[in-house]
Amino acid sequence: MRIQCPFCGERESGEFAYFGDADHHQNFNSPDAQTQSFEAVYLRDNPAGPHNELWYHSFGCRSWLRVTRDTRTHEILAVGLAKRNPI
Amino acid sequence: MRYSIFNLVRQAFSRHSGWTPAWREAAPKATYDVIIIGGGGHGLATAYYLAKVHGLSRVAVLEKRYIGSGNAGRNTTIIRSNYLLPGNLPFYEFSMTLWERLEQELNYNAMVSQRGVLNLFHSDAQRDAFARRGNAMRLHGVDAELLNAAAVRRMAPFLDFDTARFPIHGGLLQRRGGSARHDAVVWGYARAANALGVDIIQNCEVTGFIREAGRVAGVETTRGEIRAAKTGMAVAGNTSRIARMAGLRLPIESHVLQAFVTEAIKPLIPGVITFGAGHFYISQSDKGGLVFGGDLDGYNSYAQRGNLPMVENVCEEGMALIPAMGRVRMLRSWGGVMDMSMDGSPIIDRAPIEGLYLNGGWCYGGFKATPASGWCFAHLMARDEPHEVARAYRLSRFATGHIVDEKGVGAQPNLH
Repeated sequence: MRIQCPFCGERESGEFAYFGDADHHQNFNSPDAQTQSFEAVYLRDNPAGPHNELWYHSFGCRSWLRVTRDTRTHEILAVGLAKRNPI
Repeated sequence: MRYSIFNLVRQAFSRHSGWTPAWREAAPKATYDVIIIGGGGHGLATAYYLAKVHGLSRVAVLEKRYIGSGNAGRNTTIIRSNYLLPGNLPFYEFSMTLWERLEQELNYNAMVSQRGVLNLFHSDAQRDAFARRGNAMRLHGVDAELLNAAAVRRMAPFLDFDTARFPIHGGLLQRRGGSARHDAVVWGYARAANALGVDIIQNCEVTGFIREAGRVAGVETTRGEIRAAKTGMAVAGNTSRIARMAGLRLPIESHVLQAFVTEAIKPLIPGVITFGAGHFYISQSDKGGLVFGGDLDGYNSYAQRGNLPMVENVCEEGMALIPAMGRVRMLRSWGGVMDMSMDGSPIIDRAPIEGLYLNGGWCYGGFKATPASGWCFAHLMARDEPHEVARAYRLSRFATGHIVDEKGVGAQPNLH
């Protein structure tokens, strides 16, 4: 599995650390903040198919990346900087 | 047909032409009392105990491919009950007692071999942690012995004891631990369940749930609708996928775990040995191959195959522990899809929808749990109340904070 880092180019996955699902949100000011917090910490869609996830290029440029990857084939569908799509 | 020395002799006179299939190929009926989704060890064990202990015979096990084709056939076959937490210890020890009488119970040779599980420690702090775990085990009536380096050396002289980086200071030994033949466990439960009237339906994939009046009334499959008052899921690896068909979102991620086997060599490794400075476990199969594995690859996956960085990592750990391993060739590696729960412990509970029951989140400890998982899930489905030793495995524990986090790493499933 190789990830196309926007700064470093194509690098093997061993250079990256995985941080999981990029799409769990929580709003601490919402009236149901407690429920949102529980869902953000514990519940996951865990799809078999395209999955948005966060990877950290720890042995490279140390940027946080938002990667879309197919969990059935490990094919990388899209890579972007995480900060452009804030979680 | 009962397997015994007398039947073996009798069959020998008829050139072994009289043996019958171990289970029949069942076609799905329109209704059952209970449907179990998933024909792995856990699903078949559940069906067996539903029929045996609770007297239910209208039970069907639905398997999308052939029985034992998922994680039941992909694990490293280790059985043990060397846990720390009060939520886990009684459950896994119950499982161990079921393993100890499994073959007589099923009349099937599952090759249960109590050769011992030895967890090595490499520092004073780790010795303290292992002594604590051993004490917790003994308080729960589980056997545990703390060995010093000399005792470990007598058991396993081939280990690399005196490296500067990871010197072996000793180990925590559970003599009653060991291994079993994973396929035989599946076949044994299938044969015994079949004998009690359970329908084992292969090549039957569940594609949806039948919902009636807010409850689950059965399943839609590739072989038509099948109705039942109670439907249970034992599909670890795919729990999120199936639960989503019922509109549920669970505290589970699916991750790939790789395992490896080398060419067969003469007996070398006496039991199961684990490396405490990393995450590596190894045993030797009866055929002679060294069977070993390590950590998850670490990313969500349903692919049933892993990547090379983890292959390298596991092999490095193996070489750090047993330098002689460098002389044998690796034959195969493979991957299985693990139901990684958010606290590293399983879920055996009623789903939030009436008529649906959950059994999943086994992380990579599902094989050893097979008998107790089946027993407790059958108890839950038959009586609608959790079994005494599985009370900690409620789905609600994540919301209430009663998590069972054996490793203490928090809600980060790829670290459990």
